[in-house]
Amino acid sequence: MSADGHLEIPFNVDARPDTGLYNGKLGVWLFLASEVMLFGALFSSLILIRTGAVEWPQGWKELHVIPATINTFVLIASSVFVVMAWANLRLNKPKVARLWIAATLLCGFAFMGIKAYEYNLSFEHHHFPKTSNFFAIYFTMTGLHGLHVLGGMIVFAYFLTKGWAMQEHEPRRFTNRIEIVGLYWHFVDLVWIFLFPTLYLL
Amino acid sequence: MAQKRQVRVGSQWMYARDAEKALSEALRVMKEEEDGHGHQQSFISKYVFSQDHKWIGIQYGFTALCFLLFGFFLMLMMRLQLGWPGESFKIIHLFFGAGSPQGQLLPEQYNQLGAMHGTIMVFLAIVPLAVGAFGNYVVPLQIGAPDMAFPKLNMASYWCYLPGGIIMLLSMFFSRGGAAQSGWTSYPPLSVIMQTDGQIWWLVGMIFLITSSLLGSVNFIVTIIQLRAKGMTWDRLPFFVWAQFVTSFLLLLAFPPLEAAGVLQLMDRVAGTSFFLPTGLVVSGEVLKNAGGGNPLLWQHLFWFLAHPEVYVLILPAMGIVAEVIANNTRKSLWGYRSMVGATIFLGFMSFVVWAHHMFMTGMGTVISAFFQTTTMIISIPSVIILSALFITLWGASIRFTTPMLFALAFLPMFGIGGLTGLPLGLATTDIHLHDTYYVIGHFHYVVAPGTIFAMFAGIYYWFPKITGRKLNDKLGRIHFWGSFVCINGIFMPMFYQGLAGVSRRLFDGGAQYAHAKAAAAATNPFMSQAAIGLFIFQLPFIYNFFKSIKWGEKVGANPWQATTLEWAAATSPPLGHGNFAFPPVVHRGPYEYSLPGMTDDYLPQNADDGGAIPAPAIAPPHAPVVA
Repeated sequence: MSADGHLEIPFNVDARPDTGLYNGKLGVWLFLASEVMLFGALFSSLILIRTGAVEWPQGWKELHVIPATINTFVLIASSVFVVMAWANLRLNKPKVARLWIAATLLCGFAFMGIKAYEYNLSFEHHHFPKTSNFFAIYFTMTGLHGLHVLGGMIVFAYFLTKGWAMQEHEPRRFTNRIEIVGLYWHFVDLVWIFLFPTLYLL
Repeated sequence: MAQKRQVRVGSQWMYARDAEKALSEALRVMKEEEDGHGHQQSFISKYVFSQDHKWIGIQYGFTALCFLLFGFFLMLMMRLQLGWPGESFKIIHLFFGAGSPQGQLLPEQYNQLGAMHGTIMVFLAIVPLAVGAFGNYVVPLQIGAPDMAFPKLNMASYWCYLPGGIIMLLSMFFSRGGAAQSGWTSYPPLSVIMQTDGQIWWLVGMIFLITSSLLGSVNFIVTIIQLRAKGMTWDRLPFFVWAQFVTSFLLLLAFPPLEAAGVLQLMDRVAGTSFFLPTGLVVSGEVLKNAGGGNPLLWQHLFWFLAHPEVYVLILPAMGIVAEVIANNTRKSLWGYRSMVGATIFLGFMSFVVWAHHMFMTGMGTVISAFFQTTTMIISIPSVIILSALFITLWGASIRFTTPMLFALAFLPMFGIGGLTGLPLGLATTDIHLHDTYYVIGHFHYVVAPGTIFAMFAGIYYWFPKITGRKLNDKLGRIHFWGSFVCINGIFMPMFYQGLAGVSRRLFDGGAQYAHAKAAAAATNPFMSQAAIGLFIFQLPFIYNFFKSIKWGEKVGANPWQATTLEWAAATSPPLGHGNFAFPPVVHRGPYEYSLPGMTDDYLPQNADDGGAIPAPAIAPPHAPVVA
């Protein structure tokens, strides 16, 4: 325990020598493993339902490929931005890093905005989850993915505002936090990279 | 070798330098309490939103025991109706109020009780007790960690579990049309087309519970990998920690598919999709107007992908507890510790490839059935290894028949019966006859009730002194054990007979209206229901004992069982506040160094550093130097 009675957990910031990891990094990798199982189950469901279907619509005819393509690039860019934020924190340039975090958050907003526009186009064509199993799985999977993007955005917004204080008094721990949320953000990006061809192009 | 002086601190013997450190730590804590009134934790942060793994473990344990009793109460109502169909019971009338004016269960009420009994027992009672309570309390202490790796997540885990449980509970009273009634398995299409709202409550509750177990499992794995004390290598981990470690991986990787399935079923119910509804489904004489094209088997695959590993989530921590209690009470090292660990890991892997043996009767094809039948036979091997190792540990030991040991010993044959009766169910051919009968219920209850729950009782009697500093009363414990042991067999043993005679599950009147089941059911049901009431009566001494001993139980020292593992050997009972240990323990040896030749004492704690056992007071007076 530290002097103020606050409990210190070992390897919270520094890596444990024999595992080479600090606690949070191992934790987020385990969390991502469970996320792989979550989305893996949904992709398996998609395969099972699609192979059992009498007919299956072609994604590019029913969905809107151009906004989705733009969204793909938005997410990939944001993944680069979050790495830039982390790298600048490592280089001890917190002010630059903060701009990159803001840019990442902005990309999140752009993605959600374009996604909302896309959903709206589908609704205008009277395409709802109950219309067919294709739209059911489309709305469910992209919706769940959207919730993950939203979760990441909330975390980035927190780091930009209230959570930024940690950068000043515990900079190494804060850098770790950006690394962890970056790993999560890459995963969310990766899910979209799978979703885009499976739903829109195949 | 150096001579080391032993001093007595409270009731524990310590090396002088350790005692000095402990004393300075105690003085520091005291000083902090004296002048740090401003820093005092508030009641809420200490007892409600606590981040201390010990208090969270107690929260989990108490909540889970309440759910265990409630789930048992639901079963008692069902058993009353099964034993004496047509009779009216005041208690059923009280529970359902206007819904049951006759004091009898209607078919849909029986289904609600069945679904909620299963859900509550599995997700709200046993898993939270085995993992949330015992895992949380004991694992950090056994590995010498100050707390879990993520104390805030730990708190969040409990505070996802409790709302999930409350949602399940409230659904019985406030949901339109009563609680979910499609069984704990919630098979569609029934669960989707059911007109009542209970299923939606069930799904929302499940999502809370899945989140809770996800947070918990990440925490356990990181804690065990990262926070082991110095010297606590992988082959020095107590078997209980290994069991929790594998269990956490099962929870981490098996639950998300059920979460996915839950989301899909929620979409089916709320957004009108048809993931699980096939084309042209006829309900009440009319074709459903859904889009169709769904697959009811998809749910079963996703569900059992969780629910089979879940079986091992129920049993592995139980085996861990039993192993600890047996090693301690036989005063022997576990026979084949490494084989047991290897078997546990193999069991974890295999549990992911056996799920479809729950689905032999769905017409999924003989090739798939053959595959899953083979993997099912293979997975029985590691369970047999673990059980055999525990049996062989008993061989030649002078066993201390303490109350926890009685429960642990009973676990062995009870789990054995449960496991062996599972083999005919795992073979597709015999399953044709046995599936969906009382034989199945008998089988899995032998695994979970006299199996896992007895192990949980063993754990409660064993670690109660750790948590409270007081022992549970032995006489009441023995009454509790023998009464429960006889009664629980009285309930479940006849089920094998009923099942072989063809009595189906889920008959709300116990088969009174079914020609094929009538004779066998009528011959055994009243006796089984009497045994169930008996089982309830024999829990009363335990409940009394539990509450009385918290305050008035016999006081014990830090290590009343003379155990070797760190939670007893390196910590006080109850452990120091947040932080567990006065100073970080250092581990020098394996977990079960009992009855070593040439020692003054028959146990050598993991943190004893020079091969010299801490001497018994009668042999070595406090001032005598100990030659190491």
